[in-house]
Amino acid sequence: MSPQVAGQIELLVQVLISGILLGGLYALIGLGMSLIMGVMKIINLAHGELMMVAMYATYWMFTLAKVDPYVSLLVVCPAMFLLGVAIQKFLITPVMNADSVLPQNQVLLTVGIGLVLSNLALLLFSANYRSVPVSYASKTIYWDVKMGGQTISLSFSYPFLVAFGIAVALGAALFLFLGMTDTGRMIRATAQDKRAASLMGINTKRITYITFGLGSALVGAAGALLDPVYYLYPQIGGPFTSKAFVITVLGGLGNIPGAVLGGLVLGLAESLGSVYISLGYKDAFGFIIFVLVLIFLPKGLLGKGRA
Amino acid sequence: MSLLELKGVTKRFGGLQAVGNMAFTIERGEIFGLIGPNGAGKTTVFNLINGYFPLTSGEIIFKGERIDGLKPYEVCHRGLARTFQVVKPLARLTVLENVMVSAFCRTDHRDEARAMAMEATAFTEMEAWRDRTAGSLPLGMRKRLEMARALATKPDILLLDENFAGLNPAEVEKTIAIVRKIHESGVTILIIEHNMRVIMSISQRLLCMCYGEKISQGTPQEVANDPAVIEAYLGAAHA
Amino acid sequence: MTRKLLLAAGSVVGLALVPLFVSNTYVLHMLVMVFLWVLLGQSWNLLGGYTGQVSYGHAAFFGVGAYTSAIMVKFGLSPAAAWWGLLLGGIVAALVGAVLGWICFRLRGPYFSLSILALAEVLRLIAVNWKQLTNGAEGILYIPAFNSKAAYYWIILALAAVSFLTIRAVMRSKLGFYFLAIREDQDCAESLGINTTKYKLYSLLISAFFTGVAGAFYMNYMGFIDPGIVFSLSDISIMMILVTMLGGAATMAGPAVGAVLYILLSEAFRVFLKSGHLLFFGILIIVIIIFFPHGIVGTLREHWMSYRARRAAGAASKEAS
Repeated sequence: MSPQVAGQIELLVQVLISGILLGGLYALIGLGMSLIMGVMKIINLAHGELMMVAMYATYWMFTLAKVDPYVSLLVVCPAMFLLGVAIQKFLITPVMNADSVLPQNQVLLTVGIGLVLSNLALLLFSANYRSVPVSYASKTIYWDVKMGGQTISLSFSYPFLVAFGIAVALGAALFLFLGMTDTGRMIRATAQDKRAASLMGINTKRITYITFGLGSALVGAAGALLDPVYYLYPQIGGPFTSKAFVITVLGGLGNIPGAVLGGLVLGLAESLGSVYISLGYKDAFGFIIFVLVLIFLPKGLLGKGRA
Repeated sequence: MSLLELKGVTKRFGGLQAVGNMAFTIERGEIFGLIGPNGAGKTTVFNLINGYFPLTSGEIIFKGERIDGLKPYEVCHRGLARTFQVVKPLARLTVLENVMVSAFCRTDHRDEARAMAMEATAFTEMEAWRDRTAGSLPLGMRKRLEMARALATKPDILLLDENFAGLNPAEVEKTIAIVRKIHESGVTILIIEHNMRVIMSISQRLLCMCYGEKISQGTPQEVANDPAVIEAYLGAAHA
Repeated sequence: MTRKLLLAAGSVVGLALVPLFVSNTYVLHMLVMVFLWVLLGQSWNLLGGYTGQVSYGHAAFFGVGAYTSAIMVKFGLSPAAAWWGLLLGGIVAALVGAVLGWICFRLRGPYFSLSILALAEVLRLIAVNWKQLTNGAEGILYIPAFNSKAAYYWIILALAAVSFLTIRAVMRSKLGFYFLAIREDQDCAESLGINTTKYKLYSLLISAFFTGVAGAFYMNYMGFIDPGIVFSLSDISIMMILVTMLGGAATMAGPAVGAVLYILLSEAFRVFLKSGHLLFFGILIIVIIIFFPHGIVGTLREHWMSYRARRAAGAASKEAS
């Protein structure tokens, strides 16, 4: 094999791996929104801002108390859960059944919530970029593969690897929770048919609180995992909300394995696109795939979700 | 040439066959009834004729031309109107505005549409309700509104989907009278109904469906006495 | 009906006379902004309030209109003062609307809303990255055509008035009835003979046209635009929705009321607090949706209706007794 081909292969594999690692994190972000959309049929446009809240919480815990971001997950996740429950209970539920000329008022409500959260952060923490400089932030793991007489050198970012691992673990935990616990079953029932579920004795209101809480906790975890590798600023939420709904649509609503697949597809698309096509349009690839899937595969990539 | 003809119409939803090999013809000027136990596929047949669902196979011929594959609004323009079993009022518009919407099917001018709507609401005896919002109507009047709206499109054939469900006896009598009036004005009628007394007395011919297939066809008397029909409704013990 | 129209005409004439007595540029600038947002609110209201298609991506049309005007001048294709620059901005925006609509109207409700948002963001990214055409993030700068604010004042007043009359005429015609039917129940509308895709597109075309004209005006008036300003999701797209909801969606007067309040509040925040206006507007959106979903005009109208109904019932019972 010639060095040029080896170089191409090295680049391609590197890009694919980055894409998958990124995709794992994206999947975690998308899972929360997919869950919320599946159960309450609400599109939570404040999803990215919730992640931002978790990121600031993790940042302050590190800056003030030297708590490692992966450890602060234990605090941040429950806190985000409570925040989610509060938002659902006090803000969204009153609007759920209200009559209004404009349809989808709940979506607009979440836009307002997102604006409030991001601008509150701006007010309190200023627009300065912040980072969480953990000792391992730039730690890299190297792996050399011998192929066809050439050496292919791959490098993995340690924080991304850990984030991917934790994301997978959380995803698996969610899957088990939904499949094997009573609450999980109630959530799935409410997602399938809210009225039937309530007729069968399920307190659907409480389920919506729990679901929004869960969705917030998941995206909060993603935020904590992202802190070591991303610059933090109040407006960081927006693009991630967009990514979350791209993933949700790709995967089919409320479809957990689908959201995981969607996250991976998005991660790969961005990774490949930014290297091989153009870095500037990185965020656009997700959108373009989003629109294409909406048009040609309205049931998502797996053909099982509801559009 | 018959007005409406179904040939070998089949509709499958995934693995479930909702309608199987449905075939019948309707002549101009008759009142044709469609009966069958719940879930027999009667409304599905309407949805297929109307263009709401695409056919899996078969043909639907209206006034000599195939209409299967057309969109609902195209079917409406050809002269086929329907009412909905689950009523769909345009809630925030008034009754008159509701009927004007369908009248615009035949005209582009507001004053003409208004006149047509006035006529249709008078015909269905809804004059007193014209300025009420459709969302504030009681069920009986919502069903009447469905008829008025369908009439304003000046159809050749009107598909009535369970217009009598949920009406009290006085309302039933009134609605029968209106349906007869519609028929006398030259509109052919295809009616789905569970209220046996109503459909037996109105229809000139009947077709009974069960599990998506035709099990009997003929005059009301013939169909009512057909053992297959009795079995479908009441069970084998009574056949 | 005619009385209201005369009142409106009278106020337009009155407003037109303002620059003859007021020369304070700050006040005139505020008024220009108000009429600009009246125009924007009305445009969004046609598609969102009357046709029921909630678009989170109208900044796409504003930006396209602005950049059409900017690019024409930048490449020397038209002088800044060309009267048809505005028209061209609107037309190009309408064409973009046709494409976006063709793609996104296959989807319903929130999926339509988000796909329009996604495509608007794509347009923003194109504006940032296609440097040869748009100067990228540096934006485009040119000297406005007119020196006096008064000229711009009359132009935007005329535009707002024309759009008002056009939308009013549309809503009273077959188009308007069809838009409302689509909003109330799309499936029913189809069965009543309405080609819903076609009519949704018509609504979008008109809405996009006026938004594009507003964008072209903005370029001309401010003399400077960049992608972050004119394609902005939170400053343009969402604020168009806020203005309409604040005043009252699906009312003719709503967007105007909303625009006045929006500009007053924005200015108050800018002057007294320097920032934080977005925070306030976020809270305002939440409050409106939970407590006043019909906006100011809508809520007033409801109270008026129920007052009249109670009076009629009272009169009837008086007669009966």
